[in-house]
Amino acid sequence: MSEAQLRNFNINFGPQHPAAHGVLRLVLELDGEVVERVDPHVGLLHRGTEKLIEHKTYLQAVPYFDRLDYVAPMNQEHAFALAVERLLGITVPKRGQLIRVLYSEIGRILNHLLNVTTQAMDVGALTPPLWGFEEREKLMIFYERACGARMHAAYVRPGGVHQDLAPELIDDIEAWCDPFLDVLDDIEGLLTDNRIFKQRNVDIATVKLEDAWAWGFSGVMVRGSGAKWDLRKSQPYECYDELEFDIAIGKNGDCYDRYLVRMEEMRQSVKIMKQCIDLLRSPDGQGPISSVDGKIVPPKRGEMKQSMEGLIHHFKLYTEGYKVPEGEVYAAVEAPKGEFGVYLVSDGSNKPYRCKIRAPGFAHMSAMDFLSRGHMLADVSAIIGTLDIVFGEVDR
Amino acid sequence: MDSSLSELGEYISAKLPEAVQSVESSFGELTLNVTTDSIVEVARLLRDDNQCQFSCIIDICGVDYPQRVDRFDVVYHFLSPTQNLRIRVKLKTDEDTPVPSICEVYPGADWFEREAYDMYGILFVNHPDLRRLLTDYGFEGFPLRKDFPLTGFVEVRYNEELQRVVYEPVKLTQEFRSFDYLSPWEGTDYVLPGDEKAQG
Repeated sequence: MSEAQLRNFNINFGPQHPAAHGVLRLVLELDGEVVERVDPHVGLLHRGTEKLIEHKTYLQAVPYFDRLDYVAPMNQEHAFALAVERLLGITVPKRGQLIRVLYSEIGRILNHLLNVTTQAMDVGALTPPLWGFEEREKLMIFYERACGARMHAAYVRPGGVHQDLAPELIDDIEAWCDPFLDVLDDIEGLLTDNRIFKQRNVDIATVKLEDAWAWGFSGVMVRGSGAKWDLRKSQPYECYDELEFDIAIGKNGDCYDRYLVRMEEMRQSVKIMKQCIDLLRSPDGQGPISSVDGKIVPPKRGEMKQSMEGLIHHFKLYTEGYKVPEGEVYAAVEAPKGEFGVYLVSDGSNKPYRCKIRAPGFAHMSAMDFLSRGHMLADVSAIIGTLDIVFGEVDR
Repeated sequence: MDSSLSELGEYISAKLPEAVQSVESSFGELTLNVTTDSIVEVARLLRDDNQCQFSCIIDICGVDYPQRVDRFDVVYHFLSPTQNLRIRVKLKTDEDTPVPSICEVYPGADWFEREAYDMYGILFVNHPDLRRLLTDYGFEGFPLRKDFPLTGFVEVRYNEELQRVVYEPVKLTQEFRSFDYLSPWEGTDYVLPGDEKAQG
């Protein structure tokens, strides 16, 4: 019996593949159907965001953050705003903080709805995305009514938020909350006990907690492995420390646990949104929505037409912008995908000297080889889904 | 928060006196400036020491200061979930001096170091696979260096005759306009002709 010539099989997955969640090219080395090695080629959506930001004023840099993780745009702007505010040493008025938290949680639901349902689609279920996207559409209309754009909001700006919410909008968001919990129950009814869904997700890409930390994971990827870690609780920003919510954590660190954590996080987000709505209506939640000293946030157009000082501020802030004191800060928020951080170096001028964007998806993507090794080819798409990858932020 | 941070800074610099050059604390964040060769040792201490437990790597990035001799800063961010602390470690290097890779201590450092190499040309030794990461296949230059132009050098288009994408030198109908927005009324540092007589 002569020895057979054996050779591993290489295939290219993507960059145009529906389960690649964007423009990902994976070079897979297969032994039969078992994955031996994964080499992700990223950067097909690299736009040089960090370079562009170095050439823009602080206010002009804000819209670039919408285009990173375009599934939950405002959460990214929020991290940048926090970094600039820390360098400037200003605090945001209460109403501005509440609006930021309200929209961060809307962003979290937007993201988890997309992720959970498309991950289900990657493993074979077709109905969840149809149901989930209906709710996403409603949430995007709330985005549009707050800032005028469905996705690229440019709403959370250093100093506060751009404009106030109308009372009818707050009523409509409240009216959306409870029916949405029923939709969540419906989606969960399709997936949680579904035999096929469990076969495809239980014990897939199990991550031990030490490994998760060492690979730089954050967000659901560490909570699914049992870490009691959420920046909203452990390093609270805005008014998260005054709000009541729970952190969902998983036990086994597999895809299925991460799915369960995401489902529970959506329920907790609705709980936070309801509290924000109550606070926005209370006397505590009235007042300005952004810093009022006029040196950071430009005045409204109506005021600009009436007051000389307003006119000067308007002109100066929209051309020259404001100068940010010299220094460096790292500000992070608990974005839906994990810890989204901005490392900002200022040289005292009106433009950032360096703005490094720390995207959670980047660290998760880098562990693709570690997670997929030894799994079957079909599991690769389930793993990409559970990592919650959006190439806007991975490639920047 | 601030006192515990500076205590931690003193503790680390006492443990590794040769490695840690200075400890700074600003905006409630702790920064260690370390020597280039000692980064692996520092990273290992930060991860394993009981008072540190910085088990999570957050970020590695480069910063370019072209006017300096050692033009690059390499900035590491670590997180300690058990202590709920963050730390920043900085070191200096130039185009030719390689930085020891910390991939063996934190596997997650792999892509961050590849990105720093791709964007700035910072070299890392002992890195398992130091390839370009985000830029195009066959890209030349290091785009985030301050002397790299914002608009780059080449642009691509699909050539109908050749039936493939071709690279061409970048042609712009209008150059990228970089305005000096800074107010001429503040902080002029030039001397008007004739003024030096008044000074004297």
